[in-house]
Amino acid sequence: MSTAQTHSAQNLTLADCLLQETGVDIRRCYQCGKCSAGCPMAAEMDYPSSVWMRMLQTGRPDLEKAVLKSQSIWLCLSCESCYVRCPMEIDIPRVADFLRAASKRRGLVHPRARNILRFHTAFLDSIRYTGRLYEMGMVVDYKVRSRKWWQDLLTAPGLFLRGKLNLLPHRVKHPKAMRKLFKWAAEDKEARI
Amino acid sequence: MARIGVFVCHCGENIGATVDCARVAEACRKIPGVAHSVDYKYMCSDPGQTLIREAIAQNKLTGVVVAACSPRMHEPTFRRVCSESGLNPYLCEMANLREHCSWVHEKSDVTTDKAIDLVAMLVEKVKRNKPLHPIKVPVTKTALVLGGGISGIQAALDIANAGHKVILVERDPSIGGHMSQLSETFPTLDCSQCILTPRMVEVAQHPNITLYTYSELESLDGFIGNFKTRIRKKARSLDEKLCTGCGLCTTKCPNKKIPSEFNTGLGMRTAIYVPFPQAVPNKPVIDREHCTYYTKGRCRVCEKVCPTQAIRFDQEDQIVEHEVGAVVVATGFTVKETDFFPEYGYGKYKDVINGLQFERILSASGPTLGEVKRPSDGRVPETVVFIACAGSRDPAKGIEYCSKICCMYTAKHAMLYKHKVHHGQAYVFYMDIRAAGKMYDEFTRRAIEEDHVQYIRGRVSRIYERNGKLIVQGADTLLNAMPVEIEADLVVLATAGVANEGAEALAQKLHVSYDSHKFFVEAHPKLRPVETNTAGVFLAGACQSPKDIPESVGQASGTAAKVAALFSMDELTREPVVAVVNRTAPPLYSTCVGCFLCQSACPYQAIEREEIKNRNGQVVKTIAKVNPGLCQGCGTCVAFCRSKSIDLQGYTHEQVYAEVMELLS
Amino acid sequence: MKMGYYPGCSISGSSREYGESLLAVLRALDVELAEVEDWNCCGASAAHNLNHTLSLALPARSLALAEQQGFQELLVPCAACFSRLAATRKALMADDAKRRQIADLVELPMKNIPVSINLLQLLQRVLPENLKEKLRAPFDYKVACYYGCLLVRPAEVVEFDREEDPEEMDRIMEKIGAAPLDWAFKTECCGAGFSVPRTDVVGRLCARILDDAVSRGAEAVIVACPMCHSNLDMRRQASESHSGKKYTIPILYVTQAIGLALGLDAKQLGLQRHIVPVRLSAGKSSQILENAPA
Repeated sequence: MSTAQTHSAQNLTLADCLLQETGVDIRRCYQCGKCSAGCPMAAEMDYPSSVWMRMLQTGRPDLEKAVLKSQSIWLCLSCESCYVRCPMEIDIPRVADFLRAASKRRGLVHPRARNILRFHTAFLDSIRYTGRLYEMGMVVDYKVRSRKWWQDLLTAPGLFLRGKLNLLPHRVKHPKAMRKLFKWAAEDKEARI
Repeated sequence: MARIGVFVCHCGENIGATVDCARVAEACRKIPGVAHSVDYKYMCSDPGQTLIREAIAQNKLTGVVVAACSPRMHEPTFRRVCSESGLNPYLCEMANLREHCSWVHEKSDVTTDKAIDLVAMLVEKVKRNKPLHPIKVPVTKTALVLGGGISGIQAALDIANAGHKVILVERDPSIGGHMSQLSETFPTLDCSQCILTPRMVEVAQHPNITLYTYSELESLDGFIGNFKTRIRKKARSLDEKLCTGCGLCTTKCPNKKIPSEFNTGLGMRTAIYVPFPQAVPNKPVIDREHCTYYTKGRCRVCEKVCPTQAIRFDQEDQIVEHEVGAVVVATGFTVKETDFFPEYGYGKYKDVINGLQFERILSASGPTLGEVKRPSDGRVPETVVFIACAGSRDPAKGIEYCSKICCMYTAKHAMLYKHKVHHGQAYVFYMDIRAAGKMYDEFTRRAIEEDHVQYIRGRVSRIYERNGKLIVQGADTLLNAMPVEIEADLVVLATAGVANEGAEALAQKLHVSYDSHKFFVEAHPKLRPVETNTAGVFLAGACQSPKDIPESVGQASGTAAKVAALFSMDELTREPVVAVVNRTAPPLYSTCVGCFLCQSACPYQAIEREEIKNRNGQVVKTIAKVNPGLCQGCGTCVAFCRSKSIDLQGYTHEQVYAEVMELLS
Repeated sequence: MKMGYYPGCSISGSSREYGESLLAVLRALDVELAEVEDWNCCGASAAHNLNHTLSLALPARSLALAEQQGFQELLVPCAACFSRLAATRKALMADDAKRRQIADLVELPMKNIPVSINLLQLLQRVLPENLKEKLRAPFDYKVACYYGCLLVRPAEVVEFDREEDPEEMDRIMEKIGAAPLDWAFKTECCGAGFSVPRTDVVGRLCARILDDAVSRGAEAVIVACPMCHSNLDMRRQASESHSGKKYTIPILYVTQAIGLALGLDAKQLGLQRHIVPVRLSAGKSSQILENAPA
């Protein structure tokens, strides 16, 4: 069952689900804008954080969808500046995590954010199989996904010469344990909203 | 043999439509000891009252139960009726058939049964009621006013003008408080000192006011009408009678680099100083912490130059004692310093100042003589950013409340800045403009429309310094939270108003309650705004919460009216519902064992120790004794007493048990 | 008891000079470390971006292994790993059910989860009072200490220094003879995990940081995080193409600066691995560091 249905069937807003799953209550937000004012990415965002907080507060499905389709949620760097300065102590980076997961799950990822998602996916795939990040493998994987074949092609030899690139992955002794953790996390409730 | 009269009221439809009042009256007639029982449409009406009066006389009643509404509503009415009929008023009780029965139940037999139970319980209680007599206490017609700011000044003058003596105590060397530091006042822009100083002089010259400056409350004991207070007069290090206030000492003192408290650290003062030229009294004090004589043992320049030989280096603090009948607490508030804000530089930027500091910069008597110059280099700032809600409405910083005065003074600041620096640009970052008050909203609109102050709705995230400019990072939340970065020369933070340092200790001395922010708490937020829960102690001004001048003055006059009303009586009459420790015949004297658990439990310090002596004058037992002047009848001591030696008059163990037993029978 | 050591993936790969200099300096200070056996990736920002539970599960396994191997404290030199491990410990201490679920999955007890400390915390502890006497070549440069985000934010997770304008790295730099500058970008984000997918963002953010450091006269930027380093060093070109300026200021790990001051060999400290050559002006501490790729 798709989660969009679940949440409307139960008449829950995205803000309700957020509160249930993460304990973060965005109703506390009074749009002072301090988060947006200090956000290093605000200038590039379609909706800065204080704006998408308001959109979610309305509980309107069209605005909720607009947030999940926004580029903003993917541009968040999790630098935590907003959180430490928020007068209402709202864990905004945690909200962004939640929204990204929901956006991906519902297939609403903004086209210009897809490379960011591809990078995260390539990163996680790398550790899913080896347990530790295999940087070269991950970058190649990312290139395949993003088709950015030429990016960083000139950087790699320099890195290699400086001993910064491992040609072979390092594997943990119990790759099975890693897969178990991934499988368990995939079944988590928040991941299904 | 008891002869109780029961009077069941229909309260129109209120009780009558739900409870079968005739059946209640009839049932009660059968209770042993009930000599008379009737029902009537409106017992509180004149005919109803006459009904009771006649029944008391005809039936020689020894007690009355009126089954009607809440005793909160009409107990005084019916007790007065009994009193007029020659029956002790405390032999009259009310059964609450309205709030406790008819209003909360459907009409049914069971509801009427419950009504009968409620009356029967009270009948059993009244059988055991004893005549009580109101307690009378004398009133000392002198008021103690703590704090010499505008609130304290107003309260002191109003009480003194009503013909009563006032003792005014101020912690600082001069009265005047924060108002004396302000430049001009909203919404009229009249000069603060010009309207305040005449009041300060009036205080000093008023025959009914005794002024103690540079003094603090040491202790307050006693109760309404009968307080005893001790005041510590800190050593000024001079003989006030000899000092003429010529000021020679302050000009000759070699120690000139002490940050002036009055000028919020933006100006300097000497070690022997008068805080400001219009100070009342205009007599200096020596700041012993900074005086070279006290720190290094030499100097004594002031002593040498004083034409009247008034300097007294060896003067000590003095304790003065007074008896007062009422206390007005008007100790004011303070504002947060800029170092409270990590994101605005922890106070390390000289040109990030708070609102009180900007008042001093704007003030004609301030460190810049009223010219707007920034602290770091004395340049006239071309761009000034004002930040409202700095610390207020900020639970993360522990201050969730609105400081109330900032919106207005920030608009005033921006306006006055524009009046003084015509080509300058003023920005105000705000969350909401809270300008509720007479001519207040018009005032803030004037700042925007006539003085062209740029209001930007958003909170500032961070301030940092770059090449002598302060970079202010904000956002305009009315424009999709668009980032706004302003290069400012001066930033003024409208920092939160907070309780004074030492407010908690003072509240404990006064036995008044305080909230989590250490602001003093009024007895009722709406209907008793100037009283505290301690009878005879009143609140005026910002010690209760941040307030502007009109509100402080209004509240101060309110306390003065309360004090004058109290002082209009020679004696106070109090309800005799107080706790009493039992006394029995020797050799026991009392069942009290003297454990004094009650003493620690009593919230009103009403429990004293009493020594019982035998005929030879030897102490044979120490027991608890309740001071009826202080006791508020809360019953806490009764619950705590392990030997059941304390009873609350009118609610004795015997009476309450009788009620319960009746209910269970 | 040796202190546990969780190097993290970057130190094992693209930021190996951080690990090399760290081990060299700690050896010189007689601090012994024992690497947690079979540790795995903390998940970095990828995990919490996509799946919150995974972002707890991945660090939890490494913490559980460290606990099993008898460590009570873990040195986590990478700021990102440190933040993830500290956040995981905090979350699992508060959520007993989740802690037990993960313990079952990794088949380890997870009763006393070890505490993670960052490198600056360890240095605070182990740098001797009389360090100045031991310095062979005091690092007398004007430095801009760059803390980035995750060393200091959020305070309730990292429990270290102050969130705005932190000071601990500055104190450490003073101890080796450097003059830390008061500057404005100590904790502004470098772009972190956007290094690959949005290099343009990294260029914009790092250019602001470098501009401020250079304009205040810094001779080096000091970091304690591989991500900060790679964005400021390896992605230097992105900063330059954003601002149209040329930046020559080198980026040093805090351990490299200490190592130089202690007189350790530049190569041992991995200075040759930097993209931006570490050229520090001569005549100050008589160090001329010319680095070509190894």
